Amino acid sequence: MKSQAFQKVYTKLNNITKATVSLTAKNVGYDEMAVVNGRMAQVVKIVGDQVVLQVFSGTEGIPTDAEITFLGNPPQIKVSDELSGRFFNAYGDPIDGGPDIEGEIREIGGPSVNPVRREQPSQLIATGIAGIDLNNSLVSGQKIPFFADSDQPYNQVMANVALRAKADKIILGGMGLSNDDYLYFKQVFDNAGALDRIISFVNTTEDPPVERLLVPDMALTAAEYFAVDKNESVLVLLTDMTLFADALSIVSNRMDQIPSKDSMPGSLYSDLAKIYEKAVQFPTGGSITIVAVTTLSGGDITHAIPDNTGYITEGQLFLRRDTDIGKVIVDPFRSLSRLKQLVIGKQTREDHPQVMNAAVRLYADAASARTKLENGFDLTDYDERTLDFAKDYSEKLLAIDVNVDTDTMLDIAWKLFSTYFSKAEVGIKKELVDKYWKK
Amino acid sequence: MEKNDKTTGTVSGIIANLVVVDIYGPVGQNEICYIAHNEERLMAEVIKVTGKQAYVQVFESTRGLRPGSKVEFEGHMLEVTLGPGMLSRNYDGLQNDLDKMDGVFLKRGEYTDPLDRKKKWNFKPIASKGDEVVAGDWLGEVEENGMPHRIMVPFKLEGTYKIKSIAKEGEYTVDDEIAVIEDNNGDTISVNMVQKWPVKVPIKTYKEKPRPFKLLETGVRCIDTLNPITEGGTGFIPGPFGTGKTVLQHAISKQAEADIVIMAACGERANEVVEIFKEFPELDDPRTGKKLIERTTIIANTSNMPVAAREASVYTAMTLAEYYRSMGLKVLLMADSTSRWAQALREMSNRLEELPGPDAFPMDLSAIISNFYSRAGFVYLNNGKTGSITFIGTVSPAGGNLKEPVTENTRKAARCFYGLSQDRADSKRYPAIDPIDSYSKYLEYPELQKTLGESLDEHWLDNVLKSKDVLLRGKEANEQINILGDDGVPIDFHERFWKAELIDFVILQQDAFDKVDASTPLKRQKYMLEKVLGIVDTDFEFRHFEEVGDFFKRIINQFKQMNYSEFESDKFKGFEKELDEMLKEHAVEEKKKEEEAV
Ligand SMILES: Nc1ncnc2c1ncn2[C@@H]1O[C@H](COP(=O)(O)OP(=O)(O)OP(=O)(O)O)[C@@H](O)[C@H]1O
Ligand SMILES: [Mg+2]
Repeated sequence: MKSQAFQKVYTKLNNITKATVSLTAKNVGYDEMAVVNGRMAQVVKIVGDQVVLQVFSGTEGIPTDAEITFLGNPPQIKVSDELSGRFFNAYGDPIDGGPDIEGEIREIGGPSVNPVRREQPSQLIATGIAGIDLNNSLVSGQKIPFFADSDQPYNQVMANVALRAKADKIILGGMGLSNDDYLYFKQVFDNAGALDRIISFVNTTEDPPVERLLVPDMALTAAEYFAVDKNESVLVLLTDMTLFADALSIVSNRMDQIPSKDSMPGSLYSDLAKIYEKAVQFPTGGSITIVAVTTLSGGDITHAIPDNTGYITEGQLFLRRDTDIGKVIVDPFRSLSRLKQLVIGKQTREDHPQVMNAAVRLYADAASARTKLENGFDLTDYDERTLDFAKDYSEKLLAIDVNVDTDTMLDIAWKLFSTYFSKAEVGIKKELVDKYWKK
Repeated sequence: MEKNDKTTGTVSGIIANLVVVDIYGPVGQNEICYIAHNEERLMAEVIKVTGKQAYVQVFESTRGLRPGSKVEFEGHMLEVTLGPGMLSRNYDGLQNDLDKMDGVFLKRGEYTDPLDRKKKWNFKPIASKGDEVVAGDWLGEVEENGMPHRIMVPFKLEGTYKIKSIAKEGEYTVDDEIAVIEDNNGDTISVNMVQKWPVKVPIKTYKEKPRPFKLLETGVRCIDTLNPITEGGTGFIPGPFGTGKTVLQHAISKQAEADIVIMAACGERANEVVEIFKEFPELDDPRTGKKLIERTTIIANTSNMPVAAREASVYTAMTLAEYYRSMGLKVLLMADSTSRWAQALREMSNRLEELPGPDAFPMDLSAIISNFYSRAGFVYLNNGKTGSITFIGTVSPAGGNLKEPVTENTRKAARCFYGLSQDRADSKRYPAIDPIDSYSKYLEYPELQKTLGESLDEHWLDNVLKSKDVLLRGKEANEQINILGDDGVPIDFHERFWKAELIDFVILQQDAFDKVDASTPLKRQKYMLEKVLGIVDTDFEFRHFEEVGDFFKRIINQFKQMNYSEFESDKFKGFEKELDEMLKEHAVEEKKKEEEAV
């Protein structure tokens, strides 16, 4: 994002705080980008001729006689096919040693899609992971995060999902990504021979945290180019949105805004919604699907970040270690895909919805049996059976290392039903039982 | 506030969508203004005035806006345009017709006409020359999607008027004159089919607003049977994310016996709006056979649309509802989610650096919510006809905690509480309405009790209260079982628990995605409730507690098959017969009979 035309240079700052500087300047637009002694900054407040700039990398060492130039435009990115296979920083500058991109200039964080120009999402995305495909099917145009404690292998699962999803483009938005994880993504995509379908915007733990505020918009503006202009199906991976929200709170706290819950800014919901709502299915075939990661602390989903996220996204995939089988599973209780009903039983086998619900209900019965056991009570025969079922179900279907097609998942479930339960206990519509019950 | 010379101003400060304007004349609180930005005109609303400066909230992104930009004040508050042709439309929060906008993306500063000015309507006069009329009186009607759409004396007019002339039956556009009315001084006013009204002011052209007394059938069993809402009633649905607020609202809006349904998608997902306008054109209104979309208007201010317009959207929706109510129609208004509206208020209040109330919400949140809910209601119009607005809002409590300000304040304003429980949603007991905590205050209204007795029967209310009792006792029994263990309690406790489960599974739980189960007419609800209570009243005999669960699970399964079958179909009757056989296995009466026979 280099300056273009001739610009007036200012050399006097009136105020410096941890995150912002202010100066007297005229004819400056809101949201406009500026450079303060070589650091990128953005206009966040204008009062009369006083302009307040947020300096992305912080104000440490900035003197009152710093050189300030305004770029005359909000943050932007150049879009073209040349983006494919490239790695960029939060400002959209290449970090892979390759040449600059030639292309059309687009503002990032642009307007929303008119709701009446949207199509209803309807294309199933198969991942082979039964915890997703069976219980929480993904649909193109959906937005869904993984909820996971920071020690869960969420980036690995996400990479798997991305590679199996058959998207035309995969756009990675990395925020506070550790260098190891950054290299991991690079390597997995490379090994899969998918590098030319992948575009990455990365802010690593080594970069200033506030810079990551630009990453989702960069990634999504690129995504809109491919989905709208090229009618492609684009999968956007955003990891880790918790670190993005943390950056929001750093900024708002430094700007003395009144914090709401968990010291997050009161606008957290709108800020996150603006990003996630970029997920869309267009009638012309293009789509943007967002799979994100929201790390939790100690599984707490009532914290403002996962809470607001849950209210915005179309479900969530909750990763949890199941100590019974010693594997990470997609927890069927806290996970949900709200768009699944658009595809299950329609693009998948007719028995899908009922099988899914019955299995989860029986798994819930197992949870009550476990509570009984922990409280020192005797278990009934039914309780024992639910516990055995739960273990098998977890191992054969919920574990994230499962990779089979959906029909096989359903067959496995029927097999489990007949192994452990009677037809009445399973409680599925008679027509389906007659057809699929395994003897 | 109407004035001839528009006040002007210039932008002097910008903080996100809060803009400070130096003003050069009088402005009013809530007055609308337009800020000129390059080729665009950005709409904004005055929210505070101090000395020579007005603070305005812009209904659009302020990106690129510069100090010095010219501002023009319009002399009126935020208004909607009312007239025939609003049904099946998709509006944004400011009533712009979304379908009339070009391009895939919303363009800043693009405002479109909510009405079709070219379409001709077949106008039929109702009033006649010489009649005395007041604001809201019906002059004539046109047919809008098969519904009578009354053309009324403009709501803004005060006092009594005499009709000087009225158009003959015929084809007219909304802008054609259909009547001339005259006030006491002989001044005349030309009336067409269009009028404007400020959204934050209630339309009060009715004679009387009694307490609601008539059940509004929704087809959702745990509402109609257990905690009914009334025509003109208010209710709210709080619940953590993903517990089924939107699915429940959509179900109600598909099934409820309303003439008009207005859905305000307020700061929620765009895909949920898409769902409505993709599905409703396909679905039949069970009562009229017409498509659901024909009675529906969507106000969409989704979460990615400008925040200030989010606040406006619920008022826009309510004003449209009041307009249709004045025509003597039954309107159902849905807002999803009122928490997003409260959050929009909070964002602005924080930007204005107002003293914050609990959780940083504005201090007057409670009054704002109450005022809004009080606009719903059942009314008698001046001509003796009735109309109603039934309002159901969802609430999205932060962290799922029902003690937060929006939930608490809404509880004071709404009469029905449909609390969705995370536990029930987790175990897929949909709709996840908590049967113990939820309530309908209307059930205590003698007026409603009376009409329920008349339309169902005199035992209905007792049966409803009894079911609630059984549910509560079942819960208590379950707690005891959990504390003392399965065999630490008498078998009786298990029976009590399972009888509650029976009501839960058969009456409360309902599959919103099954064609048959999704909607249950009242008659069928009555039949099922009586059938279930019959079993609750039966004495059973069990030797072991495990027998209880096994037995009831089979019964529940049988009932579920019935719920999935067309009412009174052969399939339904077949399952019922099997059920009756099953019941004999443990019924004490039956056992006695058998023994006597031997
Ligand atoms: N009655 C029901 N029958 C079957 N499934 C349901 C029912 N209600 C809800 N669900 C399931 O729960 C999911 C979430 O429901 P919904 O979108 O209504 O939640 P919500 O409370 O509106 O959440 P949010 O606050 O995030 O908008 C649905 O997508 C569906 O899978
Ligand atoms: Mg919802």
